[in-house]
Amino acid sequence: MWSLGNITHSIDAWLNESFNPAIALLTEFVIVGTMAIGLFAVLGLVLVFMERKVSAYMQIRVGPNRVGPKGMFQTFADTIKLLLKEGLTPTGSDKFLFNLAPVIAIISAMLLLAPIAFAKDFQMWDLNIGVLYVSAISSVAVISILMAGWSSNNKYSLLGAMRSGAQIVSYELSAGLSILAIVVLVGSLKMTDIVASQETGWWLFKGHIPALIAFVIFIIAATAETNRAPFDLAEAESELTAGFHTEYSGMRFALFFLAEYVNIFIVCAIGATLFLGGWMPFHIGQWTAFNHLMDFIPSSLWFFGKTFFLIFLIMWFRWTFPRLRVDQLLNLEWKYLLPISMFNLLLATAIAILGWHF
Amino acid sequence: MTQFLFYFLSFVAVSAGLMVITAKNPVHSVLYLIIAFFAIAGHYILLNAQFLAIVHIIVYAGAIMVLFLSVIMLLNLNKDNEPAKSNVLKLAAVVAAGLLLVTFSGTLKGTESIIASQPFDDQIGYVKALGKVLFNDFLLPFEVSALLLLSAIIGAVVLVKHDLK
Repeated sequence: MWSLGNITHSIDAWLNESFNPAIALLTEFVIVGTMAIGLFAVLGLVLVFMERKVSAYMQIRVGPNRVGPKGMFQTFADTIKLLLKEGLTPTGSDKFLFNLAPVIAIISAMLLLAPIAFAKDFQMWDLNIGVLYVSAISSVAVISILMAGWSSNNKYSLLGAMRSGAQIVSYELSAGLSILAIVVLVGSLKMTDIVASQETGWWLFKGHIPALIAFVIFIIAATAETNRAPFDLAEAESELTAGFHTEYSGMRFALFFLAEYVNIFIVCAIGATLFLGGWMPFHIGQWTAFNHLMDFIPSSLWFFGKTFFLIFLIMWFRWTFPRLRVDQLLNLEWKYLLPISMFNLLLATAIAILGWHF
Repeated sequence: MTQFLFYFLSFVAVSAGLMVITAKNPVHSVLYLIIAFFAIAGHYILLNAQFLAIVHIIVYAGAIMVLFLSVIMLLNLNKDNEPAKSNVLKLAAVVAAGLLLVTFSGTLKGTESIIASQPFDDQIGYVKALGKVLFNDFLLPFEVSALLLLSAIIGAVVLVKHDLK
């Protein structure tokens, strides 16, 4: 059957036949790297356009509608504008760190793509600690924000970076605990095992109440970790102009912007893998005909469909909820989400041990 | 290949460590320390201890260093307002560090025979193996260290509460 997994396997077999293993491996690295960069570019273009159209729909506007049909090429035009703009480095800034920060932001976003299963047998690197790897690398991303805020030598940037640091360090805890609830149910940290365990049903449905609570907490924590409204205190424009990237312009600003959108994609992909079954089609118990019909839809479509549904959810939050204050934000995490997710982890463990899930 | 990676990572770790203490700017010091932690995580991966490597990154580079970085950035330490240390303190620090070096080299001398007697197990760094060892052989130390962390949390809360009154 025609599938992404088969294509990659045949390319791998052909490369290993034609060249020696070292060159074949190197070529594969180059192909994967190019595809990752391509995915970045496409995601940036699609997600920015999607955000603008979703926000327009929420506010009963038309949104971008001049460049191309229905304004489809608006983001291309914006990208070209950003590429051609001069990138200023403010005097009095720490020049090396100022230029390094956006690169680190983009590299940490790129590293996060590695363990994600995009379709059946279509994954860059199936680590045996896949989920932990994701939380480790995403905790490194905050260093780039702190670097950017401090090296700009601007009070707004510094305040934005400080807020972002406090926010990400605290919300990481409940994100990690809600991920752990699913890991306990699966019994493995490997992405393929997590997806394979959902063949009979997604964890959101068969994990009972703990999985539901974990899903809600994960979505809240993911919104906070990607610095999205209503938790976008790091770049609250009404109080901090633009937060940590106030001083950035041109391509370096574009890199931060791109990293933000790719991070949204990645957390939604992780959420889709953990709670909505990754590339697994939607199956209902014994309905064989229905299940076969669902199997007919390619696995990559399932994965991207679920991921984009979660992305839409996060965009919906942005355009419907007002921004929180800093104390409200930290109270929400430390007084409500963290105790709930700790208790939830215990509940999930009990269910996993007693075998109460389907 | 492994040997080359070992030397490369060691070089990075040691030079980043040297930069931590020689860098003039405290923020740069912290960033060099993060590089050193990543190099050490690389060493863990070379030893096939992926779980340890990832936890090392989460805890040190991700959490502790971010807090360090926030505090140092907010304090805005400069060379001007850095208090000068007296010579006695410098001498004491050198003596203490030298004693630590002696202790380390003394303990490392005894490890050679242990490595030779253990056959290499490629599953040893996996989560399953680690969990079994932690909850079977080292249950008491594991629980005691958890208690230690709990008491540290309570201590922090008590300190902050006291300050408010």
